[in-house]
Amino acid sequence: MARPLSGLARHEARWAYVFLLPWLIGLVVFQAGPMVASFVLSLTDYDLISRPKFAGLGNYAAMLEDPKVGRAIGNTAFYTVLHLPLALVISLLLALMLNRVTGRAAGFFRTVFYLPSMTPYVAVGVLFLFLLNGQAGLVNQFLGLFGVDGPQWTTDPAWVKPGIVLMSLWNLGSTTIILFAALRNVPHDLYEAAMIDGAGPWQRFRSVTLPMISSALFFVVIINTIAALQMFDQVYTMFFGNQTAQHSYGDSALFYVVYLFQQGFQFLHMGYASALAWLLFAIIGIITIVQVKVGNRFVYYEAEPPGGTR
Amino acid sequence: MSPSSRNRTGIVVLAAALAGVSALSACGGVGAKDGASPGGGSALTTMGFGFPDEIATTRVDAFKKAHPEVRLTVNQGQFDEQAFLSAVASGNPPDVVYLGRELIGTYAARGAIQPLDDCVAKEGIAMSDFYPAAQQQVKLNGTWYGVPEFYTSIILLVNDKAAKEAGVDPASIDTSDWDALAALARKMNKVSGGKIERFGFYPKLPEFLPLWAKANGADLLSADGKTSRLDDPKVAEALDYANGLLDDQGGWTKLKAFTDTFDYFGEKNPIAEDQIGMMLTEQFLVTSMASTSPDAKITVLPFKDRQGDPLTMVGGNGWVIPKGAKHPDVACQWIKTMTSADTWIAAAKARAAKRAQEGKPYPGTFTANARADQAIFSQIVKPSGHRPYDDATTTILGVQDKGFVVPQSPAAAEFRTAWLDAATRVMQGRQDAKAALAQAHQEATKALQAAAG
Repeated sequence: MARPLSGLARHEARWAYVFLLPWLIGLVVFQAGPMVASFVLSLTDYDLISRPKFAGLGNYAAMLEDPKVGRAIGNTAFYTVLHLPLALVISLLLALMLNRVTGRAAGFFRTVFYLPSMTPYVAVGVLFLFLLNGQAGLVNQFLGLFGVDGPQWTTDPAWVKPGIVLMSLWNLGSTTIILFAALRNVPHDLYEAAMIDGAGPWQRFRSVTLPMISSALFFVVIINTIAALQMFDQVYTMFFGNQTAQHSYGDSALFYVVYLFQQGFQFLHMGYASALAWLLFAIIGIITIVQVKVGNRFVYYEAEPPGGTR
Repeated sequence: MSPSSRNRTGIVVLAAALAGVSALSACGGVGAKDGASPGGGSALTTMGFGFPDEIATTRVDAFKKAHPEVRLTVNQGQFDEQAFLSAVASGNPPDVVYLGRELIGTYAARGAIQPLDDCVAKEGIAMSDFYPAAQQQVKLNGTWYGVPEFYTSIILLVNDKAAKEAGVDPASIDTSDWDALAALARKMNKVSGGKIERFGFYPKLPEFLPLWAKANGADLLSADGKTSRLDDPKVAEALDYANGLLDDQGGWTKLKAFTDTFDYFGEKNPIAEDQIGMMLTEQFLVTSMASTSPDAKITVLPFKDRQGDPLTMVGGNGWVIPKGAKHPDVACQWIKTMTSADTWIAAAKARAAKRAQEGKPYPGTFTANARADQAIFSQIVKPSGHRPYDDATTTILGVQDKGFVVPQSPAAAEFRTAWLDAATRVMQGRQDAKAALAQAHQEATKALQAAAG
């Protein structure tokens, strides 16, 4: 049975709710409300202009017959599977490097590593369209230094998605900062104890660092998976930004949210687009549940033991 | 007051303040609901239009002079579908919108834009002044939904240097002989070390597929806009041929990457940089080059169908009034001013004066208003001494009445996507022309049937 709250605790709880209020209002007005609305719309035939007409599960049935849904899911899954491990490994490497930098240089490097995250996504998309150009882009020019004839990253259907993955690795600042913060919280005495026991750098990393930052790793896996499945801005800017571009690259970059956007705002099938949104929500939900179930076996939580302080 | 009641009061005050901030935030950025301007006069808000040059500013000034009471807000920037539809759906649309005429059918069928028959009648807009092909693009089921602005025609732009290197007189190039054209494309094409240095002939797929099909005697869509003709074998034959041109010159993936590096409207345009041998293009590239490369050695020729007759595909933007616009009458006045012959003539005079001051040729402003064009090209555009551009003007004017359009349709957006995607699949080597167009025909037919209800 839960203990009744003391007066001070009640007082603090009340203020906590007050400070949560702006977020709660935002949640209800800008997230929960639109979610309910989109679910209702997913059961209708709605073109944004006329009144929605009830269509039952028609939109969901139509998705099964729409080959572009499968194509968009395939493209998005391909990107996610490629992006996620690369993003994690590179972010962790960057965080480990940052963790070793001390003194005045530390602040400088932390800022520099985070700077790409401050660049607007649209600007990144345009920038990489030039960098990845198969004819004149810097990426292929760099590969050329090693005698490698680089692929057509932006126009060859087989290389478009790897190119997008390459672009996505530009923006790892947030993940790096989260992992860096976790690394800073690993108690130094654990490393000292490991060294006294004769553990080398790799063993210390594997047996001390990784378990101690596993909760942060788990968090960034979940967040990056969701972000990858919702990829839109950069891809849209690169391959769908204007009418001519929309069709010059084919559907090799047709990511799920791009297709959802096309259905909603180009073809005015907002009911269908809403159904697509709910399918994505279900996919993300299932993947997240699986990740949580699997992740809980490997994650070390530094929680308070039952009964009070440690 | 006890400490606990003080705390409760504090919480209530803070909550009220936050609620107030939220309410204020919600109001931010929204204009006056009734649309009346603060000064009491009327107001007009535009979308999709900007002030890139004197052609735009002269006409806007003409409107301001004729309607000084109107508080004008020009939201500069290209037309954005999401912004437009969100504005219409939320009941707070702009008063008048500037967009590609190919979009009008879909928006008209869905009720996103208003019929303009009353506007045309009330303001006395002379729709018969506009070229027939442009009229066709702004009409759906006999009702006006827009008023056309520019008139773009497709012509063949030849880089004289490349032609001479290939051993041909640029003026003798004839697109009606497809075998000879393919051979010339190969001759003009330059590849070195696996890199394309010059694109011999850019047939402008996928967007010009309707032109290639028409040249081969086929239409993509029936004249009433209701039946897909994408399964016509002549369309497949045309796509196969045009795609073969790409394959012969290095393949689409390489050529596309190459064209992505072009600076079409700058001094380092692909002709000036010798990156193109010849290309199909809208005439506005030529008028732009008159400013950026006045001394370019070019030849502008009509595109011809396989029977040897000149042929062009017509495009351009138009003005529409969205559903729920708060000042449709003012919007109608704006449309009339922006597209009337008198305003176009004033704009052309401003452009001619500017080019004369710069010592650059002025090949003309090609409007959708035939009466304006008649005055512009008989009174304002004069031989400049830059012969390629003077000849270009004659060529462009010569093809204007040979123009065709893909008919308007309630499923225009889906139809366009179907054939563009099909052509792209062929260019990427993922499907052959017949299979790609068969798939596109199915997709288009489904969309057209759904739109017809």
